Amino acid sequence: MAIRRGRGVAAINYPTGMNLGGDPTQALVHSTPTGNFMVTLSSVDLGQGMKQIMAQICAETIGVPTDRVIVDTADTDTGPHCMGTFASRGTHRAGNAVIQAAKEARQVMLEVAAEELEVNASDLETDGQGNIRVKGAPQKSISIFDVALSAHFKRGRSISGRGMFLIPRSYPEKETGAMKPSTCYAHACTVAEVEVDDETGEVTVLNVKNVFEIGRALNPKMVEQQLVGGSWMGISHALYETTEPYYPNRDHGGTDFNQYLMPGPGDLAETEIIVLERPSSDGPFGAKGPGEMCANPQIPAVANAVFDAVGVRIDTLPITPERILRALKAQAAG
Amino acid sequence: MAKVPVQFTLNGSEKAEFVESGTTLLNALRDKIGDTSPKGGCHQGTCGACSVIIDGELRLSCLTLAETCGGANIKTTAGLAEGGVLHPLQRAFLDGFATQCGFCTPGMIMAAKVLLDRTPNPSREDVVEALSGNVCRCTGYEPIIQAVLSAARANSQNVA
Ligand code: FES
Ligand code: FES
Repeated sequence: MAIRRGRGVAAINYPTGMNLGGDPTQALVHSTPTGNFMVTLSSVDLGQGMKQIMAQICAETIGVPTDRVIVDTADTDTGPHCMGTFASRGTHRAGNAVIQAAKEARQVMLEVAAEELEVNASDLETDGQGNIRVKGAPQKSISIFDVALSAHFKRGRSISGRGMFLIPRSYPEKETGAMKPSTCYAHACTVAEVEVDDETGEVTVLNVKNVFEIGRALNPKMVEQQLVGGSWMGISHALYETTEPYYPNRDHGGTDFNQYLMPGPGDLAETEIIVLERPSSDGPFGAKGPGEMCANPQIPAVANAVFDAVGVRIDTLPITPERILRALKAQAAG
Repeated sequence: MAKVPVQFTLNGSEKAEFVESGTTLLNALRDKIGDTSPKGGCHQGTCGACSVIIDGELRLSCLTLAETCGGANIKTTAGLAEGGVLHPLQRAFLDGFATQCGFCTPGMIMAAKVLLDRTPNPSREDVVEALSGNVCRCTGYEPIIQAVLSAARANSQNVA
């Protein structure tokens, strides 16, 4: 009986969004009378940072500082339609919709500024600090604050835009069955090192090394945060979490969160994260969906590491001590 | 059920309320007094999201009856900032991206505050131990551990 060490590797492709009946998200952008910009969405921020990213995307497109943008994701009854925050689609789908809406709003903003400055709208540019100026003649400028006031009270214009991003439904080709069920794949690879106690079946993850290819990281610190948490969650899925420990027999199932196992702060594996940025062709500023994919490659990597350590293939999750011991017993019985 | 009077100090100010007998401190704080910084995760003492500090001790407000808190001195995360300046722990959580959905954050900060009040220069093991009653779904804990350690460093620099 011994502690055995093993190492496993796994790589994944992970799509962004889904395609059941088409995958749409809409966005509306409008300016307030003082030149702040509202983004209205039905896409929900549940902690993944949707509001921050949409504010960045809108600000970048219109050409204003991010703190001039307010994102309202308040109500799916009243907001423009969104399929939802799932399938790692928020940044990609809503981001593309926000770009379209913000471009339209920017165009109106430049037209109003052009009237105020008595120049052509196509000769104008934003300075990113809240002003619009004539290209090549920056002394001729107007603040977006004044442009918004003019639009509202003098020129009767609404500085606003509509955005719609749709991945249309894909049908399988009759002959080949080929279809495009999803788009914009992110990629990841994990190497996990484990110790398995072949007497108790207990697995300790010593370290995980992850490489994530996620398009462009629109907010690098938030991406890193997501990936660190996701890597931990992947290990949690691999070794601990289940609502149905004795499926299909519910009698010994968990009845509350007290019986739903997750690793705590004392069970952390040494974790390394490397981000590869290879901008996607159809994502907002090159982004893909790093959301869910970051919690996937650890699972097969840990399963492979367990195989490397003790020679048994566990193909049911989570990889509990009981499953390992049963497999070892079956292996010994030959 | 009969209502009972409760009176305690919350983040420095006197509070007096009538609550149903058997009301938890968590519900009294959130629903009666309007301090929603303690969160109700499990309501059975297993997640730590409802942690508050009662007379200097870390307590689960979901397992504490409001009527047992007469005369107590209660602190919650909502009362940590002073004059609009965030507490060093709040600052460290923000700067270290130690919060995602934020549901566990007030409980984590309460647990960390009790630790730092007693052990101003904790080891990593001390921090892990102090946070071990608090569950987080999002962060993977490491950023939280790092934030507590960095708040401790910031504190000791201010003292020095
Ligand atoms: S709500 Fe009190 S411990 Fe979970
Ligand atoms: S930040 Fe979401 S539970 Fe900790």
